[in-house]
Amino acid sequence: MIGPETSSKGQSQVSTAGGRSEQAEAAPDLSVLGERQGRGHSIDVKDLNAYYGQQHAVKALTMTFVANEVTAIIGPSGSGKSTVVRCINRMHEEIPGARADGSVTLDEIDVYDPGVDLTAVRRMIGMVFQKPNPFPTMSIFDNVAAGLRLTGTKSDNLRERVHRALRAVGLWGEVKNRLNEPGIGLSGGQQQRLCIARTVAVEPEVILMDEPCSALDPIATLKVEELIDELKARYTIIIVTHNMQQAARVANTTAFMLDGELIEHRATNDVFTNPTDERTERYVTGKFG
Amino acid sequence: MSALSLPETSARRRRTDKVMRATLLVATLVALIPLLLIIYYLLKEGLGSINANFFTQDPTGSYFGSVGGVRSAILGSLEMVLVATVISVPIGIGVALYLTEYGKDSRFADVVRYFVDVMTGVPSIVFGLFIFITLVLAHVGGNFTAWKASVALALLMLPIIIRSAEVVLLLVPSSLREAALALGAPRWRVISKVVLPTALPGLITGSLLAIARAMGETAPLLFTVAGATGLTFSLSQQMNALPLQIYNDILSPRAAVISQAWAAGLTLVALVLILNLIARAFSRRSRLA
Repeated sequence: MIGPETSSKGQSQVSTAGGRSEQAEAAPDLSVLGERQGRGHSIDVKDLNAYYGQQHAVKALTMTFVANEVTAIIGPSGSGKSTVVRCINRMHEEIPGARADGSVTLDEIDVYDPGVDLTAVRRMIGMVFQKPNPFPTMSIFDNVAAGLRLTGTKSDNLRERVHRALRAVGLWGEVKNRLNEPGIGLSGGQQQRLCIARTVAVEPEVILMDEPCSALDPIATLKVEELIDELKARYTIIIVTHNMQQAARVANTTAFMLDGELIEHRATNDVFTNPTDERTERYVTGKFG
Repeated sequence: MSALSLPETSARRRRTDKVMRATLLVATLVALIPLLLIIYYLLKEGLGSINANFFTQDPTGSYFGSVGGVRSAILGSLEMVLVATVISVPIGIGVALYLTEYGKDSRFADVVRYFVDVMTGVPSIVFGLFIFITLVLAHVGGNFTAWKASVALALLMLPIIIRSAEVVLLLVPSSLREAALALGAPRWRVISKVVLPTALPGLITGSLLAIARAMGETAPLLFTVAGATGLTFSLSQQMNALPLQIYNDILSPRAAVISQAWAAGLTLVALVLILNLIARAFSRRSRLA
């Protein structure tokens, strides 16, 4: 196994293959999130092992997710990508029979410390899922407010925070006149951005994205990718993706996983143009997986 | 170069098809006949006795003069079933929540499911006998009382509610639970703010069907409340109920009383029909599958 070699010097140029031009008015407005520039936090994973029953899904994984960067995790199905991110916010253990050992630290906080409040961990490390999952009984407004209400966060300016989150994901213009309509009435791409707004509204430190675009059409995908690029100024982002072009477009560094092991984690450009491991090369050139 | 041709359906196959279609249609019609006859006779024999007195007077129970009405039976049925509902619905939904949210596939949960299935098949007279032995013969708070009938009906309703609620709660997508947990919500809030509201229409439907079932039960009432003719709202006294009224009336030699039994039967069917219609309206509002 090749050790990860991440450092901030390895920041590669993010190739914005999609280009953003005609989206001027719908563009996400992140200034409204306040002065969070450069305030992201890094995540250190050491010797992480994760299991589903007898199945060893993640094997002795050690890697660092740098603050205010987008880290992509790529690899074939069943390579343990999703399991890694689910271990970071401790959602892995929600699955019956699943367990994990090793350490995950958010700056200095040990996420797996028995004394740590599980709900606090999840508030700090937000998550966006593969399929958009807005709450079907709630309106658009209530969906975004759900994160605050469900965590019992007392907020004097709930309305304002919801509006800010919707602006941050570029959804405000599309939904401002129908905030009381059900969230599931939106299109798939809008629903996914609504879910990102719901995550952003809680003001986490890190955002995990588990194949956030795999259920979306190319245009909606482009919008979400632009959003990711904007969000990284405020958050540390970890994105699992099946789509190598997507990793190339949005990620500063890319990690390649195979059979539960981390094969290579380097600047995105290097992983795709100059992989050091033969297996990475075969994967990114489409020879297997 | 021959033209493409398909073999014709054989005469035997066509004949078999006709016979099978006819057989199935006849089976359907045969099943419909008794249902239609029941409604026909209820209307034919019962409608004549339905007048203002029927709903405003209590049965006289005398062999001469006016037969009165069935007011005490209607109100008694409603009250006893209401009390049974107040007992069984919270407990039933609580058990279902335990099974779906906490017990899941544990051995204990499986044992509970098995007992609930067995309870569903227990004849209603057994619930009546059970209450008769434990509460009536033991003179717990009087002999025959309305609240004991409510307890017997609640026992009868409980497995129906648990089973239907469990099915509905399992229909709530786990992605919604995950979304709420990943936001940092404690489990009790996930249940109260996401799972229950999403399942609500289905929970109401299941409860209403259990209520409809309890409404028409006679056996659990015979040994627990015994019956009465006069109007009372006191749960610690004997009380009248529609099934009991029908049971007593059809044994009468008076034509007018028997005709009143038909009318009471018609009333009971109408009440159950209304409950079913309400249940259908709720299940159509459901956002689940």
